[in-house]
Amino acid sequence: MVAHEDKVFKALADSSRRRLLDRLRIKKGLTLSELCERHDMSRQAVTKHLALLEAANLVVTIKRGREKLHYLNPVPISEICARWIDRFEAGRLQALDNLKQALEENERDPH
Amino acid sequence: MTHTEFVYTTYIKTTPEKVWNAITNPEFSRQYFGSELVSDWKKGSKWQSISNDKDACKMVVGEIIESLPPKRLVMTWHHPEDEMDKSEHSRVTFEIETIEDMVRLNVIHDRLKAGSDMARGIAVGWPLVLSCLKSLLETGKALNVRALKDHVRTNPAVKKAAAQ
Repeated sequence: MVAHEDKVFKALADSSRRRLLDRLRIKKGLTLSELCERHDMSRQAVTKHLALLEAANLVVTIKRGREKLHYLNPVPISEICARWIDRFEAGRLQALDNLKQALEENERDPH
Repeated sequence: MTHTEFVYTTYIKTTPEKVWNAITNPEFSRQYFGSELVSDWKKGSKWQSISNDKDACKMVVGEIIESLPPKRLVMTWHHPEDEMDKSEHSRVTFEIETIEDMVRLNVIHDRLKAGSDMARGIAVGWPLVLSCLKSLLETGKALNVRALKDHVRTNPAVKKAAAQ
């Protein structure tokens, strides 16, 4: 259990990996090639980052024919939240989050 | 029309039978889902979410497409008012698989209209539901079912929180 949580924190502690997650939040089911397109990283580097993200269960893959499609899986992050965020705070945090999102609306990538 | 899909996965220290029971037994779904999921869970049968709590998330209904206990459950998913409008019917697949001493639970929610309220709602809801389900099966407690409800009701939750 602890070991898995370490993997999640380690996987998130890298800006390239966070960018890959950002990309998968916006566009679902991308292949390795599609993920490489927009990043100034080698295919090998992307593959390595994805392997770490997959091991942390932050990225899930599904095989479709010969292709492997990548999806963002936010469940481990939700599990971490559940550990520290008190249930009665959730409503207020959601309100803050919505406010933040509304303020940042213009800077967000189009869905 | 563009469709979107989501894939959620969690690893739970339990057995496939217990996961299946947690999905299909309303006593469990009330605790981690926030409303009871009711059906006889047989292929071709209807299912629905039921709650007496006026604050619960909007009712969802559908039909069971595939039912292979304790491994695989596929069902359609929509609001009751969209019963006749097939374009609003999305699909949820539960895949339950044993991996070493854990159970891997995949929830695939596809055939969703991109950018729809339903797509936004489930994208917030499933991660919470699955972390609650994991907590319930591993510790016997669903700690944040209230948080789940607050999250799933997007705008009303904000209004309510702002009024407090």
